[in-house]
Amino acid sequence: MIRQVARQRYLIDFTLASMMRRKVKNVVLFGVYFLIVFVLASVMLFGSAIRREAALLLANAPEVTVQKLVMGRHDMISGEHLEALSAIRGVRRAEGRLWGYLFDRGNGANYTMMVPPASDTTHAVGPGEAIVGSGIDRVKTIGRNEYLFLIAPSGRFFKFTVKERLPEGSGLVAADLVLISEADYRALFDLPDGVYTDLALSIRNEKEVATILGKAAKAVPNSRFVTRSSIARTYESIFTWREGVLLALLGAAILSFAILAFDKASGLSAEERREIGILKAVGWETSDVLTSKFWEGALISLGAFLIGLIAAYAHVFFFQAGLLEPVLKGWAVLYPDFRLTPHIDPLQVTTLAFFTIVPYTAATIIPIWRAAITDPDTVMR
Amino acid sequence: MSALRRSDVAVGALAAAASLALVAMLHAFVASRTPPASQAVNAALVRDLGLTDLVLFTDARYTRHPSVADLHSAFQDHPMSLDHFPSGSLIAPPRHIFGTGPRFASDEEIPE
Repeated sequence: MIRQVARQRYLIDFTLASMMRRKVKNVVLFGVYFLIVFVLASVMLFGSAIRREAALLLANAPEVTVQKLVMGRHDMISGEHLEALSAIRGVRRAEGRLWGYLFDRGNGANYTMMVPPASDTTHAVGPGEAIVGSGIDRVKTIGRNEYLFLIAPSGRFFKFTVKERLPEGSGLVAADLVLISEADYRALFDLPDGVYTDLALSIRNEKEVATILGKAAKAVPNSRFVTRSSIARTYESIFTWREGVLLALLGAAILSFAILAFDKASGLSAEERREIGILKAVGWETSDVLTSKFWEGALISLGAFLIGLIAAYAHVFFFQAGLLEPVLKGWAVLYPDFRLTPHIDPLQVTTLAFFTIVPYTAATIIPIWRAAITDPDTVMR
Repeated sequence: MSALRRSDVAVGALAAAASLALVAMLHAFVASRTPPASQAVNAALVRDLGLTDLVLFTDARYTRHPSVADLHSAFQDHPMSLDHFPSGSLIAPPRHIFGTGPRFASDEEIPE
């Protein structure tokens, strides 16, 4: 056993000395390898953590949201439907929701204006008052007097007293939120009484959703029903898509790396072939040559994989995925400031390891084996 | 005592990296079982206010609330007006485009 360990140590010593002779080539290869793993792992970790966060948070979203559609577009829905919807057996509560967007011409930000539901006493706001999300402060000066000034789409000027700020950590769900009273909301958007953005249904038993939707579709024609499960599916597909788009963009880089690695690993240089020939001539066995080259592949690919994975983990969970930020921000002026709960999907890590370590090691071993089984005299010529 | 060899340094570095990766996995495992306080706050906000979406992109309404935006909102200006917000390219198209989902946003809806 001790002899075996000593033998492997000598082989690694020899491999490292051989790698040092082609220092620049190996350092560049290691660097590119590391970068590829780092970017792939960052996208993967970010995607899986945010999918998990969305699933956890949106498990509390309204069970059913009813929207009115006019010519395929979302329109305001009449509150008259509330009575018919509440009367459906299995519906615990039906309430009208008022929410919409306000574009701030001053800073180019879009705010989500919302009226807290009557059932929510924690966030109750009176006329002239507002509760603002954690991102509003960053784009708008609220000042010492705690006043929020907004210009309505009609051009009218509105002044709100900021009653409360939503907690700092709530950016992921409420960064752009401004909660105001129903009277203020209707005045701000010139909305008549009795109309709502959409209606939210609270259902007693989630298994009855399909039956209730069947009845609701008859009660409220020209409408679209968004269920909690469809919200969950939307988020699942958004992040799978996003990972896909980013990975497709990275495809060219990955392909270049594959060509580089294949070229480096499979196309043995004359110098390497001579080296193998000399080793065989001085008495090395084929297995020794293969083990030595296995260590070369393993040191580069396993090292780059492990360091790339650790760096990606730190990047996503300790530095809030700073390098992916431009992709996330898009053209938005107001964006959330959030910290994701660390999460690693073992299957994804295994897949990444399989697709990064195995091909490289295999591509290194096969040509070496072919050279190593050839007669030393032929190889050296 | 023998001098430190290159192989010891290389294997040591590899072992250190493997240990760090294991620590990261352990950290993720522990963190996912002890979620931060902000997660409970956010879950309460979603429940109390009846929120339907995460704040990820605030530039267009169909990227701010992808789950409740109507299917035409990306082409809202006129029929040939293509989506021009960068974040629109990061939002998945409706699943029926790929033939893997229903035409509408939920399985249960629109019985005629």
